[in-house]
Amino acid sequence: MNSIHDMGGMHNFGPVNPELNEPIFHAPWEKRAFGLWLLCYDVMNFSEDESRGGVEHTPPDEYLSANYYERVLGLLERIGVEKGTLTDAEIEAVQAGTWKAPANVTLSNDATRPGEVEPAMQEGGTKYRPDFATPALFSVGDTIVTKNINPVTHTRLPRYARAKRGEIVMDHGPYVFPDVNALCQGEDPKRLYCVRFEAHELWGADTPARDCVYLDLFEPYLERA
Amino acid sequence: MAEHRHKRSLSEPEARVKALEELLVGKGLIDPATIDAVIDYYENKVGPRNGASVVARAWVDPGYKARLMEDASAAIAELGYSGAEGENMIVVENTEGVHNMVVCTLCSCYPWPVLGLPPVWYKAGPYRSRAVIEPRGVLEEFGVELAGDVEVRVWDSSAEVRYLVLPQQPAESDGKSEDELAAMVTRDGMIGTALV
Repeated sequence: MNSIHDMGGMHNFGPVNPELNEPIFHAPWEKRAFGLWLLCYDVMNFSEDESRGGVEHTPPDEYLSANYYERVLGLLERIGVEKGTLTDAEIEAVQAGTWKAPANVTLSNDATRPGEVEPAMQEGGTKYRPDFATPALFSVGDTIVTKNINPVTHTRLPRYARAKRGEIVMDHGPYVFPDVNALCQGEDPKRLYCVRFEAHELWGADTPARDCVYLDLFEPYLERA
Repeated sequence: MAEHRHKRSLSEPEARVKALEELLVGKGLIDPATIDAVIDYYENKVGPRNGASVVARAWVDPGYKARLMEDASAAIAELGYSGAEGENMIVVENTEGVHNMVVCTLCSCYPWPVLGLPPVWYKAGPYRSRAVIEPRGVLEEFGVELAGDVEVRVWDSSAEVRYLVLPQQPAESDGKSEDELAAMVTRDGMIGTALV
């Protein structure tokens, strides 16, 4: 999707302005939003690719005016309704203070317990799929050209790197393909390559000749040069 | 005296997050103590000190450094750090001739097990837009001025691999202990927006 999240190469955002001694969270509600977000992957049953795709659907003006955790909150409200975990009426009622929790509800057996958090986080969930070995179309050292694609759905090929020549520098092997997985159409693993692009190729002759950008790109984004 | 009830605007994120938590807890789907445990883990158990210990070990132990460059996820796990947003790690090394810096232009991918959660600037427009098109301008804002013959390599984490920069060991640090070296390593040094 060609939206505001795809920021690489844009001008006019101003200086980076790092905050000195920045706290991990800036408000208690940010902590709750973060904790809810991680737990909702299981509770609402969505993938990280759906999460990213969902955030990208935030309208550009909202995306820019919201902070990171507000975008997360918007995602959880939207995806919670889409997945059937919540309804819009429930969200309205609880925000108005009129929602009554169903009587005699006990904690679901599926709910993550506090003691399960640390092992689960340390385990993570790789999207590397070594068993899905397919012949590699490209080898390290090959020159490729990225496709000029403009899907209205989730993709990990940024606009600034479309229709550009680069060199394959690493073959990471097969990974879950986000473009398909974000649409809940299965993992559809594809080979992932690290591609080196010269700054000149991406940004023109005025950029320093020695600089370059490396991107991890899935095989369907690439064509032989 | 009439009871005064403070009504918050619905758009206020604090009220929205409270509402969401109330719903999910009320439906028996989430234990609020588990939310506390997630917060505690990311506030207290992971952070840039993890990455700093990886860097310091690589500086003092050539065998460890070789393993780190060969299979970063495994070498990092040797020190006890692993998991979400760092399952597939690659370490890129700064040298006299090469400076590396890491960004995620599409969202804010970041190696959580070794650096913790990213700072706001890493997730915001200025860094995400500029790191790829004018890395040297961004570096100057961080006080890093590189000679023209240094190659700047920007790693845009566009898929599931997460990158950690191995900074150059400062010349004056020879003879320091591993712990003393780890204390010199900064978060920004491992993102590549600072030298160590």
